[in-house]
Amino acid sequence: MLKKVLTLALVSMVSFSLFAGGQQEDVQESGPVTLTYLVASGTDQNQAWAACESFMALNPDVNFELELRPGGTDGDNIVKTRLATGEMTDIFYYNAGSLLQALNPQQTLVDLADEPFMNNVDDAFKMTVSQEGHVYGVPNQTAMGGGILYNKKVYADLGLSIPKSWAEFAANNEKIKAAGITPVIATYGDSWTAQLFILADYYNVQAANPDFAAEYTANKAKYATTPAAMAGFKYLKEGFDKGWYQDGYATAKYNQGLELLATGKGAHYPMLSFALTNIVENWPDSASDIGFFAQPGPSADQNGATIWMLSANYIPATTKGAKLEAAKRFMEYLVSPQGIEDMNRNVPPSGPYLVKGAELPADVLPAVLDIASYIDAGNSAPALEFLSPVKGPRLEQFCVAVGTGQMSPEEAAANYDKDVANQAKQLGLEGW
Amino acid sequence: MKKNAITLKLGNILVFIVMFTVFIIPFIYILLMASKTSQEAALLRFSLPEEFLFFSNMSEVIAFGEYRMIRALMNSTVLTVGSVILVIILSALFAFVAQRRNDKLATIMMAVLVAGLMIPPAVVPTVFLLRSLGIYKTLFGMIMIDAALFMPFAVVIFRTAMTAIPRDLDEASFMDGASPLRIFFSVILPLLKPAIVTVVVTTSVKIFNDFVGPLYFLPGAKNITAPLTLYSFISQFSTQWNLLFANVVVITIIPLVIFIFFQRQLVSGMMGGAVKG
Amino acid sequence: MSKKQSNKSLISSYPNWFYLPAIITFGIFFILPTISSFYYSLTRWTIFDATFIGFENYEAFLSDPMLSIGLKNTFIYAVLTSGLKTIIALPVAVLLTSGIRFKGFYRSVVFFPVLISTIAIGITFSMMMQPHTGLINVALSSIGLPMVDWLGNPSLALYSVVLVDVWQGLGIATVIYMGGILAIPQDYFDAVKLDGGFWIKFRHVIIPLVQNSTFTVIILSFIGGLRSFDLIWAMTGGGPGFASDVLTSIIYKQYQAGFYGLSTAGNVILFLMVTILVFPLKAYFDRKELDV
Repeated sequence: MLKKVLTLALVSMVSFSLFAGGQQEDVQESGPVTLTYLVASGTDQNQAWAACESFMALNPDVNFELELRPGGTDGDNIVKTRLATGEMTDIFYYNAGSLLQALNPQQTLVDLADEPFMNNVDDAFKMTVSQEGHVYGVPNQTAMGGGILYNKKVYADLGLSIPKSWAEFAANNEKIKAAGITPVIATYGDSWTAQLFILADYYNVQAANPDFAAEYTANKAKYATTPAAMAGFKYLKEGFDKGWYQDGYATAKYNQGLELLATGKGAHYPMLSFALTNIVENWPDSASDIGFFAQPGPSADQNGATIWMLSANYIPATTKGAKLEAAKRFMEYLVSPQGIEDMNRNVPPSGPYLVKGAELPADVLPAVLDIASYIDAGNSAPALEFLSPVKGPRLEQFCVAVGTGQMSPEEAAANYDKDVANQAKQLGLEGW
Repeated sequence: MKKNAITLKLGNILVFIVMFTVFIIPFIYILLMASKTSQEAALLRFSLPEEFLFFSNMSEVIAFGEYRMIRALMNSTVLTVGSVILVIILSALFAFVAQRRNDKLATIMMAVLVAGLMIPPAVVPTVFLLRSLGIYKTLFGMIMIDAALFMPFAVVIFRTAMTAIPRDLDEASFMDGASPLRIFFSVILPLLKPAIVTVVVTTSVKIFNDFVGPLYFLPGAKNITAPLTLYSFISQFSTQWNLLFANVVVITIIPLVIFIFFQRQLVSGMMGGAVKG
Repeated sequence: MSKKQSNKSLISSYPNWFYLPAIITFGIFFILPTISSFYYSLTRWTIFDATFIGFENYEAFLSDPMLSIGLKNTFIYAVLTSGLKTIIALPVAVLLTSGIRFKGFYRSVVFFPVLISTIAIGITFSMMMQPHTGLINVALSSIGLPMVDWLGNPSLALYSVVLVDVWQGLGIATVIYMGGILAIPQDYFDAVKLDGGFWIKFRHVIIPLVQNSTFTVIILSFIGGLRSFDLIWAMTGGGPGFASDVLTSIIYKQYQAGFYGLSTAGNVILFLMVTILVFPLKAYFDRKELDV
C-alpha cells in the first residue's frame, strides 16, 4: 500500500519538476553573454534600456534581459531579499547613500575601486557608493537638486521674484492664491513626495547647525529638539493652515502634480529635479517654462540648494566569469564620453553629471541651469541621507499626517525621532 | 392581485437598477478606460472613448516586453493547476480519514491544519527553506507553498462534506474487500464532487490572482505571473491607465473562464451545509 | 448497538497514513518556516545575520506610538466587513434563490468581483473615488449631492476601503448563503405558506435555518478582515498619514524597511490577536451549531 502511494507521489513530483524544468542556466564561456539587469519600472526602465540598446549596438557579443521591480520601499525589499539569498541579477540599479549601506556591500557586491574606469567618476559621487575604502557603484544618471520647481510663466504674469527667505516665499504664495492659482502643489497619494519640505530644507539645517549630521548619527541631535530641523515640519503645517495646497491633494498622485505645474494651474511643486525628465516626456512644450529655486530658509543671506546624488549600477558578488567581464565593460561604457553622449540623446539630463569631462548639452533645460548655478556658486549641501545612514522609513507618513492636519509638527517630530531609533539599532550604530 | 403584479414588476426594475449601478458600472468603466488613448484615459472620465482602441490596447498589452503576458499567463496557469490538484488530493485524503475516524489523533491533526487558516505565512524563513531545498525560483517550489497555504481551507470544506456521505457506502466496500485507496478514489472522491468544485473555484481564483506570493517566492523575468504584469504600466512616476486597465481585462479572462465552466455546480457545492467554519 | 460495534472494528480500515502527504507538505512548507519565525522574532535580523536580543522587538513593536491606531483600525475593519457582508449577503441570496427574473445573470454579476485581482480592484476604485474627476463623485454631484473625498479625508478613508472590501467579498458570502437556503427542505416553507407572507418566511424559516451559513460567513470574513492587506495597500497604503493603517500594513512597512525581526514579532502578535478573538467566537458557534 505504502509503495503505491510513494509511487504516486513520485510520479507527481517528476511531472511537476518537468514543469519547473529549464530553470537551470548553463554557464557558457564562449558565444554571446546574456546579462540580466534589475531596474525599477517606469522612467528608470526606459533609461536603462536605452543604455543597454546603445551598448549592444557597440558590443554584439552581449545581450541584455531587463527585469523589473516596483520602485520605493517595495523595491528596496526585493533588492535586499535577492541579494541576501544570492539570487540577484547580473547587474542592478539602486540608490546610493544610506540605502546602499543597508545592503551589506562588502559581502554582497563586487568592489570596483581598482577598475581604471573609476577614475572618470567624480569623487563626490564615489563617496556615496563607498564603504571603508571600497567603491561599488557607477552612475548612469545625473545629480539632482531638491527644492522648489516653479512655473516661470506664473511668476512673470504676477510679477513675482524668486524668494530667498521663507517669509518671501509665504508672501508670494498669498499673491498666487489671490490670483486663483494653487500656490503649493502637494501629492500625498504618492506619499514620498510629501517629504520634500523636510528633506530639501537640509541646506538650511546645516547652515544653522553645521554638525547636525554627525550628531544626529551619534544619537545626540534630534529633530524635536533642534529648531532648524523642526522647521520643515512647521512648513508642512503652515501650508495646511494657510490653504496653500490644491483641492484633493491628500490622494493626488505625482503625475497629477506635474500636470498642475506644467499647465500653470499650480505655481510651486516641492520636488527633486528628476521630475524634469517626466515633464519632458509628457508635456514637452512646457518643460522650458519650469525653473528651480532652493527651498528658502529663515534668512535671505543664507540661501542654497540641497543636492541629491544619483543612483548607481552595481554588480553583485554572484556575477562571475564571462558575465562579470561583460558587466564591467558595461560599467566602463556608462562613464565613458560615448556612453554619456548616447544617454544625452535618449534622456535629457535633469542635473549635472558626476562624470569627469562630461558636459551638459547646449540645449539643457533652464531648471538644470538654475541648479548648476547654485552648485557653481558654492551654495549647496548634500541631502542628509548622503551624510547619515539614519533615516526613518515612516518619515513620509509623518509628513502626510502633518500636512493633512492630523498631527502637530511637534508631535510628528517627536514620533519620528522614535521611529528613527529602530533604523539605527538595525544598522548597529553606536550610541543607540 | 393586480397591485401585487405591479409591485413585483417595480421590484424587478429596482433590483435591476441597483445591480446594474453597483456591479456592472465598475466593469463598464474598466472596459471604457481600456479602450481609450493614454491621454484620454489620464483624465479618468466615465465617457465613451473618442477613438475606440480596445483591441489595439489589448494587443499592445499582450505584445509588451516581447510577449511577457503570454509567459505570465502560462506560468500562472501551471501554478494554479498544479497547486489546486495537490490541494484537492491531499486535503481530501486527509479529510476522509479525519472525519471517519473522528478520534483524538484526528482532532489534533485538524487543529494543526486549521491553525494555518489564521497564521500569516512567514516570508523570509520560507525563502531560506526553498533555497536550501534547491527549489527557490521554480514553479515547483511555488506550487508546494501554495498547496500548503490553501490546504487548511480545503480540508475544512471536505471534512464537512464528508459528513453528508453515508458511512454505509464505504463500509459496504470494505466488506467487499476493497482497499482504502481504492475506496477513496472510486467511492469518496466522486461523491465529493460538489465540494471539489467549490474548492477549485475559490482556490484557483485566489492562486491565479495572488500578488504577494510570487513577488517573494518566484522572482525572475522568466517566472513572471499574471498579476505582476500590472506592474508593467504602473510605476512610481507615471502610469498608462489605458494599458493598465487593458491589462486588468487580459488577466481576468482565465478566472472568468474557470467561473463560467463551473458556475452551475458552484452553488450546489455549497449546499447541504457543505461549508461550515 | 451492533452497528456501533462494526464501526469500531472498521475504523482501522481508515488508515492513518492518509494524513501523511498533507501533513508532510504542510509541515515542511508552512509549519517549519512559521516556527523558525518565532525564533527570528527574538533577534535583530539583517537578513545577512541575526543577533539574539530577547524580547526587545516585542517591546519596540508594542511601544510604537502609531500602533494603537493600527489596532483600532484592524478591529473596526474586521467587524465592519464581516458584519456588512453577513447583513447584505443574506437578502441578496434570498433574492437570487427566489423566482426573480435574470436570476442566473445576477448570480454571475455578484460573483464576478471575486474573480478579479484585488490589486486591480483597488486601483480601479481608487480612480473612481477621486475627489473631482472620479466616477462616484461625478455621479453624486449630477444628482445634486455633495462630493466626498473618499480616500483623502483621513476620517473616511478606512470606511471607504471597507465598502470596496464588502463589494468584492459579497459574492463568496452570497454563494455560501445560497447553498444554505437551497438546502432547506421544502416542508419548512410549506408549513408557513398558509399563514404567512414573505417576512414570516424570512424571519422564522430562513434566518434560523441558515444559521450555520451565517456562522461560516462571519468566521471566514472576520478572519479575512483581521488579516486583510492587499486592498488597503492598493487603495490607501495605510494613509493619508496613518489614518487607515492596520496591523498587517504596519507589519509590512516594517518588513519593507528591513526590520525583519521587528516585523516577525508583529506577525506573532497578529497571530495571537487573531487567535484570541477568533477561538472564543468559533467555540461559541460550534456549541450553537445546528445539525440539519
